[in-house]
Amino acid sequence: MKKMKSVYLLAVMALILVVATACGNNNKDNSANGDEGKKASGSIVVSGSSAMQPLVAAAAEQYKEKNPDADIQVQAGGSGTGLSQVSEGAVKIGNSDVFAEEKEGIPADKLKDHQIAVVGMSAAVNPDVGIKDISKKDLIKVFTGEVKNWKELGGKDQKIALINRPDSSGTRATFVKYALDGKEPVEGAATEDSSNTVQKLIKETPGAIGYLAFSYFTDNSGITPLSVDGVKPTDENVQKGKFPIWAYEHSYTKGEPKGLEKEFLDYMMSDEIQNNLVPEQGYIPASKMEVKRDAEGKVTKK
Amino acid sequence: MDNKTMTMAASQRLLKKSNKSALQKEKRGKYLVLASALLIITATIAITIFLGTKGLQAFISNGVSLYEFLTSTKWNPTAENPLYGAVPFILGSFAVTILSALIAAPLGIGGAIFMTEIAPSWGKKILQPVIELLVGIPSVVYGFIGLSVLVPFLRDTVGGQGFSLLAGMIVLSIMILPTVTSIATDAMSSLPKGLRESSYAIGATRWQTIWRVLVPAAMPTLLTAIVLGMARAFGEALAVQMVIGNVRSLPSAITDPSATLTTIITLNMGHTTFGSVENNVLWSLALILLVMSFIFILLIRYLSSRRQF
Repeated sequence: MKKMKSVYLLAVMALILVVATACGNNNKDNSANGDEGKKASGSIVVSGSSAMQPLVAAAAEQYKEKNPDADIQVQAGGSGTGLSQVSEGAVKIGNSDVFAEEKEGIPADKLKDHQIAVVGMSAAVNPDVGIKDISKKDLIKVFTGEVKNWKELGGKDQKIALINRPDSSGTRATFVKYALDGKEPVEGAATEDSSNTVQKLIKETPGAIGYLAFSYFTDNSGITPLSVDGVKPTDENVQKGKFPIWAYEHSYTKGEPKGLEKEFLDYMMSDEIQNNLVPEQGYIPASKMEVKRDAEGKVTKK
Repeated sequence: MDNKTMTMAASQRLLKKSNKSALQKEKRGKYLVLASALLIITATIAITIFLGTKGLQAFISNGVSLYEFLTSTKWNPTAENPLYGAVPFILGSFAVTILSALIAAPLGIGGAIFMTEIAPSWGKKILQPVIELLVGIPSVVYGFIGLSVLVPFLRDTVGGQGFSLLAGMIVLSIMILPTVTSIATDAMSSLPKGLRESSYAIGATRWQTIWRVLVPAAMPTLLTAIVLGMARAFGEALAVQMVIGNVRSLPSAITDPSATLTTIITLNMGHTTFGSVENNVLWSLALILLVMSFIFILLIRYLSSRRQF
């Protein structure tokens, strides 16, 4: 009996310890983040867009190999989270798929934009649909529900199944703005957040159409990327400004970057990353773009 | 001689027990337990206060109309003229919850009766581990199986796109089945033996005993089991999100895609910026979830106060 009691006591104490250390840890992390800004020491936290996380994390890994003293943590929590946290000063770099100006409640004038890479997107369909090219006009008709069967566009007699992204997703915002000219898509078969799920659904659902980044258009992906107005969705066409659906991958800092943030961002823009890691991860190097776009969506020659 | 030393030892121990260190131990134990109780209470209160203030912010500081929020069926917070009608999600949550309870309740209570009344020996030996296994499967696995097996199956057999209230209902009913079954089993087996025996004594058959005596006697706890299952279904996010389609329009049939409060929160939380209206209305959805779980708890407390056995 006595033994049992002490076992219980130990269990309760262990539990309290775990809770207490968990709380304590959080506090420590927060305060450490705040302090490091002043000292510009060897540790920063990057947060934001989950689409950018693999690229930035891989770059951070390479950077750490060269600078063993530097510690760069890359978290993913969505573009909104990244922008919120960087403007609050909770993290040093906030990654985003969209311009800070486009997100409500973000003091965009206080943030400095670093355009790391460009991501091209296009609509993709289930291969059985039998369509490889679509005009922008028809694409809008498909997504606004005006056309309901692929037959009407010269494809198979299959009902169109739209796979959307959530309202607040950066991919959706880009697609709506540059592929649908701002027309809101109707609700379709499903709304999914992760690109992998969207790819799986397009592959498996008869008559499905969705939108994905170029990096998901591999030979064995089981989906057919669509050309828009006869322009193929390739990196080259995006670089030349021929293919309209693309977005910058932004890294935001609060004010001018200093210390490790600056060095890391410079490293991200260096040829070493831009020419190797960026294309390897399926992005287009920002340095290779022949056109540029501002927050209002105006495209100009570089 | 031996006996004497033993009593000596015992009395010595007793003496030691009544001294200061024992008292201290007593106190230490008391504070330890008190601390854990306080921690739990503070956590609950803190979450309630936080969710309350965050959830009301959309109405107080962003000027979203509470009336629109609770009555309109149009949801589009990112549009130029944002719309904040949460009815499709509230209805969606209730629909999957009630539908899945409709499946899980008879199955769970049936299983419980089988385990306690029909085949207490081998039935329990087989069913019990199966139920425990069902509890142990993580919800993401349920969702993934639903997405890979159930959705294509429904698409081929029932029609539509497969993503539907129906798919959500099936996945959820399997998920809440163990909750319902295990509590129902406890309810049935805690009934006093006398009930059964007196029923048999006045000549009732086994089925009459179960149906007319045991089930009514255990009813309040059986209902608690169902409500607990519903509470779990109402709060489940991941598995439902993968199969329900997450469409923000009202479903017109059970084979139509739909969305629930939880799926809309998980889909959008990461993309919205903290403090924006889009983010605040998600907190309001979360507040609805909290209020609902309070109602579920009140219901459970009311039911258990009616317990007789």
